[in-house]
Order: sequence, then C-alpha cells, then structure tokens
Amino acid sequence: MNAMSTDTFTTASSSQDALVRFSQVKKSYDGIHYVVKDLNLDVAKGEFLTMLGPSGSGKTTTLMMLGGFERPTLGHILLNGNPVERLPPEKRNIGFVFQNYALFPHMTVAENVAFPLRYRGIKGTAAREKVARALGRVGLEALGDRRPAQLSGGQQQRVALARALVFEPSLVLMDEPLGALDKQLRERMQIEIKQLQTSLGITMVYVTHDQSEALTMSDRIAVFHDGRIQQLADPKTLYNAPENRFVAGFIGENNTMNCTLVGREKGLAVVRMADGTVLKAADAPLTGGSAALSLSVRPENIRLAGNDLPPAQNLFSGQVTDMFFLGDHMRLSVAAFGGQIVTARIPVAQVQGIAVGGTVHLACLPSDCRLLEG
Amino acid sequence: MWLPSYATPSERLSRTLVVAFAVAVLLFLIAPLFIIVPLSFSKDPFFTLPVREYSLRWYEDLFGNPRWFEAMMNSAIAAVLTTILATTLGTLAALGIARPDFPYRRVIMALLISPMIVPIVIVAVGSYLFFGEFGLTNTRAGLVLAHTALATPFVVITVTATLSTYDTNLTRAAHSLGASGLSAFFRVTLPNILPGMISGAIFAFATSFDEVVVALFLTAAEQRTLPVQMFSGIRDQINPTIMAAATLLLALSILLFAALALLTRKRAR
Repeated sequence: MNAMSTDTFTTASSSQDALVRFSQVKKSYDGIHYVVKDLNLDVAKGEFLTMLGPSGSGKTTTLMMLGGFERPTLGHILLNGNPVERLPPEKRNIGFVFQNYALFPHMTVAENVAFPLRYRGIKGTAAREKVARALGRVGLEALGDRRPAQLSGGQQQRVALARALVFEPSLVLMDEPLGALDKQLRERMQIEIKQLQTSLGITMVYVTHDQSEALTMSDRIAVFHDGRIQQLADPKTLYNAPENRFVAGFIGENNTMNCTLVGREKGLAVVRMADGTVLKAADAPLTGGSAALSLSVRPENIRLAGNDLPPAQNLFSGQVTDMFFLGDHMRLSVAAFGGQIVTARIPVAQVQGIAVGGTVHLACLPSDCRLLEG
Repeated sequence: MWLPSYATPSERLSRTLVVAFAVAVLLFLIAPLFIIVPLSFSKDPFFTLPVREYSLRWYEDLFGNPRWFEAMMNSAIAAVLTTILATTLGTLAALGIARPDFPYRRVIMALLISPMIVPIVIVAVGSYLFFGEFGLTNTRAGLVLAHTALATPFVVITVTATLSTYDTNLTRAAHSLGASGLSAFFRVTLPNILPGMISGAIFAFATSFDEVVVALFLTAAEQRTLPVQMFSGIRDQINPTIMAAATLLLALSILLFAALALLTRKRAR
C-alpha cells in the first residue's frame, strides 16, 4: 500500500500539463482519524478524472478541498502550479456542480446562470448573450424565465451545468451530479456531460460511487478506499488489471478465491487452490507485503469446458448451486475448490443438460486470471 | 367533520357533544370581542350593553387626545425599533447556531430563548434595577432594549426553523460562482430565509406593541406606550376610549395574524 502513493505520482502525466496537483494532502476533522491519508494526485489539463469509491472513502472530501470548501490538514493543493489551499472558493474560478444541483430557488433559470457573470464584470447584452449560449449548450434556451422548481430533475441538472460553465472556468468539479436521476436519464446525461467536456476542452474532476458511470465517462479513474487511492488508471486497465483485491471487487464483478503461490512457469504464476487444484494466472509483481494471495477472475471470462478449447486452459469443476436466467445469459453459481462459490456467465444456448445439483466443468484462460495480494 | 349516514345513534350523540364543547370553548375565547368592539362604537360614556346609539366619538378622542395619540406613537416607535433590532440580532444568532461546528449549541439556544420562559415580572424588575445603573430607565432606549430581549427569541426560533430546510450548498454554490461572504449572504441566503425573518419580525412587533409589564416599569409619562396608557386609564378614570384602543389593538393583531398565515401559505406552495 505504501508503494501505491509513489506509483500514482508516476502514472500521472508530467507536471507541466498538470492543472491540479495534490501533494501529500491529509485531512482530518478531529485530529485523530484521517479521512484522506497522504493523497498524491495530478490532474492533467483537459482530462476527465473520476474519483470513484464507496461512501466514506474520502473522495468527496478531496473534491471539497479542491473546491475550497474544506482546508487540508496537511499538504498542498496546486492549481496551475500555485498553492491554493488557503484561497477561498470565490477566488479559485472553479465551476462546481453539486449533488442536489443547489440552484437558487428565488431566481429564474436565466438569473441563476447569470449569477457568476456579475462577479466577473460581465453585464447587459454581453451577459445575456453568454447566458443564452450556455443555456443553448444544454438545450434549455426556451426555459430561461422558469423557476428551478418548475423544472424536472434532468432539466435542473442541465441548468446547474450551464451555470458552472457560463464563466468558462478551466476546471469543473462535479459531486455525484447524476445521483438523483433515473437510470435512463442518467445514462443520457453521462454522454452529454462527456461530450460537453470534450468539445469545450475543460478539465473535469468527477466524484461518483457508480462504477459504470466512472467507466463510461472517464479518461482516468482514481479508486478511493479508506482515505487512499487504491489504483489510478484508465477505465480499461482498471477493469482488466485491478491491482488489489478491493479494486477487483469494486469495479465490475469478480470472483476472488484464496490461493497460494507454488511457482512460476513460462511467465505465468502457478497457484494452488484450497482443494489442491493447480491453476495458472498472469504473473503480477508482488510486493510480498501481504501473505494472503487471491486469484481473481471475472464471471464473463469463465466458460464451459468443451472439446474446442485451446490448450493451456485452466480447468476446474464444481457443483451447480444456483442458476438464474438473465435474458442474454445464465448466471451459474458453482461450488468449486472445496466449497468456494464461483460465479460464471454462460450464454443461454450453451446451458443444456446443466441443472442445480449437477456437476459442471469450467475453464478460463490463465491471462484472464489475476493474482492479487490481500 | 360530519358523520357518514351509517353512524349509530350513540356515535351521533358523542359527536354532537364534542362539537358543542368545541364551539363553547371557541366562544369563550372570542367572547371579549363581542363586548369590546360594540362598546367602542357606543355613544354612552358608560359601559352598557346592548349599545343604544352608535358613534365614533371614542375613536375621535383616541386620535384627538394628545395623551392617547402620543401613547400610540410611542408604542409604534418602540415596536418598530424593537422589530428592527430583534430581527437583526435574532437572525444573526440563528445563523451562528445553525453552523455545524457551533459549540455548546443547546445551552446557548436555551439561554437565547429564556426571556420567553422567565416570568415577565422578573424580567421587568430585573431590567428596571439593571437599567437604573446605566440611566436607561424612563428612556425609550431602555424600553426598546428590554423589548428586544423579549422579542429576539421569536426571531431566533422562526429563522432557525427556516434554516433547517435551507440547503447550505446554496451558499457554497454562490461562493464557487464568485460571491464573497457578504454578497453570498445578501443575494442567496437572505432571500431564502426571508419568510422566517418576516414571521419573526411580526412576532417581535406584536410582542413589543402589546407589552405592558416591562413598559410600566421602564417608562415615564413621555415614553408611555398604548398598553400602559390603557392600564392606567382603567385604574384612574373608566372611559370607553380604552375600548377604542383595545379594538384597534385587536384589529392590528388580526392583521398581523393574517399576514403570517398568508406568508406560511406562500411558503408551503
């Protein structure tokens, strides 16, 4: 875990491009418990970076520190190379979209969007043009005279977005902005936000606990847990190569099974499972700090063992304990390796002659199996 | 309110009794109205009912007699000043207490609303003795200060209630958009807690305008307020002008109450 912090520093882009830099930032409210522990993170210009994690992982506190609403207990936050940890939010010129939108209820939509312009000396026709352009970007040009309470949740979300973008900040922060919307609207807004971010070339730091949201929108994702960044990587790497057990379990679905390392062979790690089955996994650099190892494999990477398999597959078998029909696939729960439940996603057409209680033979590629510490 | 057609006779009886009792209580509460209002329009200098002849002479006296008119002006000035002071102080106190990091919140809240609970005579005697030290007895400033202490709790309570539904992210949003502390307060916080402030202000105004005990202790002839004038009027010479003054106070109370009701209904929408 200690190696992780230096890791994240090097994975970030070079410091000239960094718009935001967290340098050894710590935050504690009571002086005893640290909500954020030793945070090092660079956000590059034009990047969409998501801070993903369960509640209480420190991601929102980190965002609040960047926005200026909380002050770090220790460490520095650099914006364009300048330390800002003592700068109040109104001097940071950062757009902020709040979880519940925080639209001013006593103002019309247009007045809400015009609010930041007054503090930047933009008045009259120039202000009206900017407001119209900002509302046009989010498709609400006709609703400028409405009050926020007269709008739907999705429309309110768009107004909040327009308000945070109208003064053309180079950095926009978003705190779970889509949490209150229903699934379909949320997915549409994800794409809209991502398109706006790309077309305007703004840097965005986005907080969410929804992993699919993070995977859809982000250039890079920082997975937070227990006040630390567990892994910082692009969505594909994060999904395919989780670095530890927490990330493996948090991003997508993963089977993690206890195992012991027995050797290495042709660039693959050889492990023994609880019941003695020997499997191969992609070799990973292990720090050796943790004695416990686990093998991680995603349900969609497990298939039924058959005649058409390429050689060097991992083979194992178990007893089917549950079967669920999920439309495009069947979900099988299989007790294998002496009782551990392994979940597999099998195409419906292939699941013939398999019943609960029966024995099933499964296979997976060693390259899909990852060895994790912890 | 009304029973369905399938109600049994005993249900009907008990419902009738409940309604009769409720009506009796309500009548008892507003009975003084039926005495005071007609008497204030009576032509007779005595309190006799039923009224034989109507006139506005007591209202003419109320506005024409300098003693009564000055008392009304004194009351109005004291009430307006008290309202301004109590609303400002009470709002500031409520804003402070609403902060999540405010220490000893419960104790300070209890202290702030204690003037509502402490018997009014004690407040009156206490302020009389205390203000005497500073030469504040028999001054308008002394009266306004004492009334402010009595009225501030109403503002603290109403503004605290409004703040409990106020989203602090609105203030944060204002800051993030470029507003400094004061600007964010006046452009975002204040408009959103205004209903609570107005309710508190109405209570504060009524508290000061109706108050008699503290005013008796703290005022001399020049600062005499309307309730004090009525009180001494009753003792010295029985005069239906009191009834006119009482009717006026009543009308004002109803007006304030209606304003409050309108305000809460607007907020509910």
